[in-house]
Amino acid sequence: MQKPVREKIRGLSYTGIPIPALISFAIIVIFTAIQTEQFLSIENMLSIADQAAVALVVVCGLTFVILMGSIDLSIQGVIAASAMSVSLLVSNDRTKFDVGTGGAFIVGILVGAIIGLIAGISVTLIRIPSFIVTIATWNFGLGFGYILFGSASQPGIQDEKFLNLSIDTYLGLSKVVWIAIGVLIITFLIQRYTVFGRYAYVIGGSEEVAILSGVNVKKYRTIAFVFSGATSGLAGTLLVSKMGIGAVDSGEGLLFFAISSVVIGGTLLNGGRGGILHSIVGVLIMTTIYISMILLDVNSFFQKIVQGTVVLVVVLVAAWKERKPLRTVI
Amino acid sequence: MAIRVSLNSIDKSFGVVHALKDVSIKIGDGEVIGLIGENGAGKSTLLKIISGSITADSGDFSVNNKKTSFNSISDATKSGISMVYQEQSLLPNISVAENIFLGIEGDAVKFGTFSPRRIRANAIKYLDQVSIKVNVKAVTEVYPFNTRQMIEIAKALAIAEYSGKPPILLLDEPTSILSKNEVDNLFSVIRKIKEHTSVVFVSHRLEEVLSISDRIYVMRDGEVVAEVDPRTASIDELFQLMVGRELSQSYFQEEMTSKPIDQILLELKNLSGPGFKDINLDLKHGEIVSILGLQDSGRENLGRVIFGAIDRSSGKIVIDGKVLNSKNTYQSVSRGIGYVPSERKTDGIILAMNVGDNLSISHPRNVTKYGFLSIDRIARLFSEWAVKLNLKAPSYTTAIKSLSGGNQQKIVLAKWLMDSKLKLLILDTPTRGLDVGAKTEIYRILRELANKGIGIILLADSLEEGIFMGHRVLTMKDGRITGEFASAPGSRPQRETILNGMV
Repeated sequence: MQKPVREKIRGLSYTGIPIPALISFAIIVIFTAIQTEQFLSIENMLSIADQAAVALVVVCGLTFVILMGSIDLSIQGVIAASAMSVSLLVSNDRTKFDVGTGGAFIVGILVGAIIGLIAGISVTLIRIPSFIVTIATWNFGLGFGYILFGSASQPGIQDEKFLNLSIDTYLGLSKVVWIAIGVLIITFLIQRYTVFGRYAYVIGGSEEVAILSGVNVKKYRTIAFVFSGATSGLAGTLLVSKMGIGAVDSGEGLLFFAISSVVIGGTLLNGGRGGILHSIVGVLIMTTIYISMILLDVNSFFQKIVQGTVVLVVVLVAAWKERKPLRTVI
Repeated sequence: MAIRVSLNSIDKSFGVVHALKDVSIKIGDGEVIGLIGENGAGKSTLLKIISGSITADSGDFSVNNKKTSFNSISDATKSGISMVYQEQSLLPNISVAENIFLGIEGDAVKFGTFSPRRIRANAIKYLDQVSIKVNVKAVTEVYPFNTRQMIEIAKALAIAEYSGKPPILLLDEPTSILSKNEVDNLFSVIRKIKEHTSVVFVSHRLEEVLSISDRIYVMRDGEVVAEVDPRTASIDELFQLMVGRELSQSYFQEEMTSKPIDQILLELKNLSGPGFKDINLDLKHGEIVSILGLQDSGRENLGRVIFGAIDRSSGKIVIDGKVLNSKNTYQSVSRGIGYVPSERKTDGIILAMNVGDNLSISHPRNVTKYGFLSIDRIARLFSEWAVKLNLKAPSYTTAIKSLSGGNQQKIVLAKWLMDSKLKLLILDTPTRGLDVGAKTEIYRILRELANKGIGIILLADSLEEGIFMGHRVLTMKDGRITGEFASAPGSRPQRETILNGMV
């Protein structure tokens, strides 16, 4: 009697319910809510959503790369390149270009996708480990951003419509948040109902089995890097709208934030397990920790230490079961 | 009966090794072909040629009455040939349905989108053929090994049928780790799918081959030495054909049996751990105790707890009168305990490294000089053990993965035997998957160790092995010791008695 139930739960967590991460999330929420009343207020909820939006976009692509057992460290570089390209091509106080709001998104996503393609090709065709490749493309992106930025002061955005994306709200949420939600839904559908999405699990499970089953591993792995580049590029675009300026360092801290989120959510770095729903919960956990530290007035010097510690603890708790084979000696 | 596959005078060499010599076999429609032979006889090479993963050097190969030459596995599957591998090819982390149709999704994929509903419906069709009921949505790893084996066969059927031709299944030792019931179940499935499927069945267990096959090919040293009709053949006959010599008393090296020294080496007092409870055991110096039990009897974890690889929950381990409080393998090794795991390829050796590295891994001081690795000492250590254990490996720099299973296992043994303080060796099914010759050699080594006063706990791979190797035979069931039998040449416990303790 006991067995079918267990199978059901495991089947459930496979079909995409990140149970351990949700429990961790609930504990953190309850803990903070007890500590400070402000936490459960509508404004605070909205500000968590606003704070989480950019990271949510980033983890959409990153999740697939990690699911396949690779890693993408180039996020901040891609954001630098896309943010600088976007800020210099929409109406701004440095150049005469004006590609408009739609154009801004195309530019941002395209710049990211191209950097992702370079990474993908290097990993699959030249067979360099993704860890090294994406450190290279990280710096490549940063350098590209600096070249565009030059030595002049940061370009200020003048495109009102573009700036308003992070100001105008609909149902209390800014348009940036709605864009993030849209991307999440699309990503979930990709994960669930496309060959690319399903094969991400296959490739992460065993590349060898995938190859022997006739799966074009190189193609799908490249797509994952392109997708990850594109979502980071989109994140860079959203950051320009939020900040009102183009800055090379606008993505600072996001790499740690995004990878921690994905891992906390329960996607294993060796690939094959987890998914976008896991990563969403991971981002919410990370954001909640960040916001609650502000609410609880934690000394800003300590915030990073607390964040690092919490990541360790949550991964320990959330992935306790998955990591069992790694803990036992044999 | 129509002939589906026919090989004529097939030859294949790997470098200097002449793996197949003038091999001719035929597989008929709806026929179950038994293929037997010792490891290294050429069975695997033959299967690889039929399944398209390697090509023959010369000879005729025709499938469905057409001369063929497969260049890849997918060429073979297009002709309806599909191989069920010894190491399962199912992915643990995706659903059963996705596993079955991996790479052959067919109508479940349109324009890059994937229909979970359709793939599930298709999967159920094939799972019905192998008579198992599973939740096709569930991740594959929730099912036990025997169920996964059936899923694997369903997958092979699906791959073969995808070609539009009646399937030809190649089963490479499908029964090696199944229990009796599970084997019966597999056989009834084979008899059922036989109606439209041809099967090649490879096994070390001769009685199984006799019972399931319509025709048997016996291979030895790369040649087909006989084609046997199972209705008239006996196990002894097959065995003789296979090894070219008689199964004698010397198989278990009984003449080397010595008496244990009357001094307790190991005491377990109310030892409990994951999967076993309240185990009490005394082991003398020079004594071999074999423990027999089914898969979930707890004996495997007992071995690991004594070695310190898994934490005990309570109880005491005493070695030579001194309590062993080890919580890790490092401490156990320093107290003279060695452990040979059952999964040789993943736990016993490091596949990617060479012979010398694997040899010295547990006792690195045997190959260092002033704390630095000494190539000289590795080379000397290797030659020493190559002679002692009759190791067939060219050099210590040889990649361990290129050695046969028997020689790999000898290296696993050697890495413990080189410890001059070795007192106790725990072996978890050390002869699994080895051929007859290699098994005999392992038995000889174990006898020699016992003669030197080393205590041995043998989690035996088969009833015979346990009964004939042990001074004492213990049976375990559901985590407890259920029986204890003295065993000596000439007065061995009955198989039935032992089985009663196990099930």
